[in-house]
Amino acid sequence: MAWWSRRRAVVCREAVELVTDYLEDALSRRDRQRLEAHLADCPHCSEYFEQFRVTIRTIGRIEPDELAPEIRDDLIELYRRWSA
Amino acid sequence: MSADEELLRRLRAGDETAFAALVEQYHAPMIRLATAYVPSRAVAEEVVQDTWLGLVRGIDRFEGRSSLKTWLFRILVNRARTAGPRERRHLPLGAGETVDPDRFQADGQWAVPPAPWTDDVDDRLDAAEVVGRVRELIDALPAGQREVVLLRDVEGLSSADACSILGVSEGNQRVLLHRGRARVRRMLELELGKV
Repeated sequence: MAWWSRRRAVVCREAVELVTDYLEDALSRRDRQRLEAHLADCPHCSEYFEQFRVTIRTIGRIEPDELAPEIRDDLIELYRRWSA
Repeated sequence: MSADEELLRRLRAGDETAFAALVEQYHAPMIRLATAYVPSRAVAEEVVQDTWLGLVRGIDRFEGRSSLKTWLFRILVNRARTAGPRERRHLPLGAGETVDPDRFQADGQWAVPPAPWTDDVDDRLDAAEVVGRVRELIDALPAGQREVVLLRDVEGLSSADACSILGVSEGNQRVLLHRGRARVRRMLELELGKV
């Protein structure tokens, strides 16, 4: 992300916007190294990154809704008509 | 033969068990995704029903260049977009901060740093309730953020698959994903009683 890379060091306000790019491995090697250097020095941003990871994990725990049996049966009937 | 090829073979052969398993797995997630586009649950149900019809009709011609799941979600998104109100599809994304600027000092360092709460989420007895709240919040996200968060973080699809389903660039997809996740993080922070 070019908008911050010209600066000498990453500040916290910028670091929090880079979490997803970082996790998606979308930063250049240089930018990643700068960010990692900042995280090594900044417990608050490290905490923020950890919260982001826990947030993603929590989103991943969402279970699908129950499927109403009549809807399932209707759809199977549709499939049966097609495959007949 | 891969799992997808095997499933495809069974679907083409008219195997109802295979179709029922697919419905069990993807019907509810598709309803949730469809509601990002259409005004009501009833319309979402129609769109998803129509998607299943599209799968059934297209199964013989499906060439397997994407996974079956990716193909199914693409059918859904195409139909849902047609059914939903014409909307701002490719609005450029502004810079947009995802953390309240008041929480930083003028030099960009934290003024109100995040208080720790991550142990609480994993340890809390009412973790199921937290997950339920997260779900409600995702359903209330702006459509663009919601579709990306659903495909990536709920359905676990890859970035490439999500981009192919939604027809967005990798960069825009990451921006939307980041904003959606940041909102959910903020909600958890509020729910867990910190800052």
